[in-house]
Amino acid sequence: MSALDLTGHPTRSRTYWVLADCWNIVRRGLTHYQRQPVNIAWQLGFPILSVLLYGYVFGSAMTVPGGGDYQDFLMPGMFVMTMAFGFINTATVVVYDSTKGVIDRFRSMPMASSAVVAGRGVTDLLVACAELGIMMLTAFAMGWRPDGGFGFLAAFGLLLWLRFALIWIGVWLGLLVPNPEAAGGLFAVAFPLTMISSIFVAPQLMPDWLGWVAAWNPISSTAAATRDLFGAPGATGDSWVEQHALLMAGVWPVILTLIFLPLAVRRFQKLSR
Amino acid sequence: MSDGYAVRAEGLEKRYGEKRALDGFDLTVREGTVHGLLGPNGAGKTTAVRILSTLVRLDGGRATVAGLDVVRQPRDVRARIGLTGQYAAVDEVLTGRQNLEMFGRLFHLGGKRARLRATELLEQFALADAADKGVGAYSGGMRRRLDLAASMILAPAVLFLDEPTTGLDPRSRGEVWESVRALVAGGTTVLLTTQYLEEADKLASRITVIDQGRAIADDSPDGLKNRVGGDRIEVVLSERADIPRAVKVVARVSDGEPETDETELRVHAPVTDRVSALTEVARTLQDEGVPVEDIGLRRPSLDDVFLRLTGHRTETTEKEAAK
Repeated sequence: MSALDLTGHPTRSRTYWVLADCWNIVRRGLTHYQRQPVNIAWQLGFPILSVLLYGYVFGSAMTVPGGGDYQDFLMPGMFVMTMAFGFINTATVVVYDSTKGVIDRFRSMPMASSAVVAGRGVTDLLVACAELGIMMLTAFAMGWRPDGGFGFLAAFGLLLWLRFALIWIGVWLGLLVPNPEAAGGLFAVAFPLTMISSIFVAPQLMPDWLGWVAAWNPISSTAAATRDLFGAPGATGDSWVEQHALLMAGVWPVILTLIFLPLAVRRFQKLSR
Repeated sequence: MSDGYAVRAEGLEKRYGEKRALDGFDLTVREGTVHGLLGPNGAGKTTAVRILSTLVRLDGGRATVAGLDVVRQPRDVRARIGLTGQYAAVDEVLTGRQNLEMFGRLFHLGGKRARLRATELLEQFALADAADKGVGAYSGGMRRRLDLAASMILAPAVLFLDEPTTGLDPRSRGEVWESVRALVAGGTTVLLTTQYLEEADKLASRITVIDQGRAIADDSPDGLKNRVGGDRIEVVLSERADIPRAVKVVARVSDGEPETDETELRVHAPVTDRVSALTEVARTLQDEGVPVEDIGLRRPSLDDVFLRLTGHRTETTEKEAAK
């Protein structure tokens, strides 16, 4: 039927193929962006717009406890918000693939099934890097001047660390919601969850109970820690979690991963039930 | 390893909560044949295919595909099968070529062979002209053909086609049938699920009828149709007085007893030599000057098969009848 030899490569190791499969899934994800440039525009347009809108519209009206420039306070928060909303992108792609039968096709093939999820995760982290890069350039153009050096790199790393943890929430939700339309509704859940945090407003300016919730919101720790690392301190509250923002920015993603990675894996295995 | 059977399933059980999707389902498919799995919605066709293609675990029984156990050797099974249908899809954003190259690499052909194989398959499935267009712009038939091509990358021993033409217009349906015939000529064994007796009849050399998770008949298409009564010739008359004459004419070409419906002025009887029977009856009635409202051949539908085999209608018809 075919002029080609269609037998596999028995000489390669199992690990080689897991990595190769993973890379091929990443390639697929990136080709999607290449074939749908409008999607890149949307995905990057939203963070840029957020930086501009919140920076200029709220910028003048907001005060930062302990003094300091609101722009310096806001920008790290915007980066965190973009990472936080990222789980919606993950969920959208996963729900599409699972309802349209693409995941079933992968599962009926002799490839590593872990590569389906791992490849998605790597793609999302690469996209997150691009998003952060573009947002930072926009912020820079608006006059944002962060500290450079190691602190900057550490902040960048913490943002990606948060995004990494949210991949698993995205995969889990993507396999949980019944159709792509429902995934669109996740935004309505995500928006208040990001508002009740230290992204836009310092928790000590909120009513006590709300401030407490906002301070313990995992994304608040990443926001506070990156603010510090970018060189814009001064807005830190007195509570334990706010005093240990750097530690918690490292710990929260671990906790989220420990909860949602097993849930996502279980949901994935449930496909064969 | 090979015993002449591409698929062997014994007593397959699958439960979803209280519902028994498969309830002791047996199936054997000979190598190099097209085997039809015929049944209405919810009969268990798709569940059977999903178990045989290692997508879902079985709760009981055992099954081998290409001589390999689906439970103990799923990865080996996956290297020998193709799956196309309602639930295994291609990527709609990528082009046809990008799809086949990606699946080729994921089948571990390596970049170069994946590219060559993609070109080869695009030719074979008459998709070369649309190769570099996004699949989103493909027609239903083209998409299904690409789906078939993706299932054929490793030239699988067994190809599962789950309702491959559901939702397609007649022309696209014909195109898919052509492709399936070409594959079988190349030696692939095909297990085809369908709700259409006509489709199973056209493509399959053997048909298993499934109802409520069990195989209720396993026969050749002709054998099955004979059990149902096969094709019937049907004459609708204008005058009640002509019924006896029409019965006489129809009886001459029929291999069974003509039946009459006095209220609808209908005379019908089973025939095997379909077209010559039709022309014979039409000519004779005209020669004898018998006015006729309608004359034609009626093929037994899945519904007729079910009524005959199970004594109940398919669920869809019951629902329609209840409306």
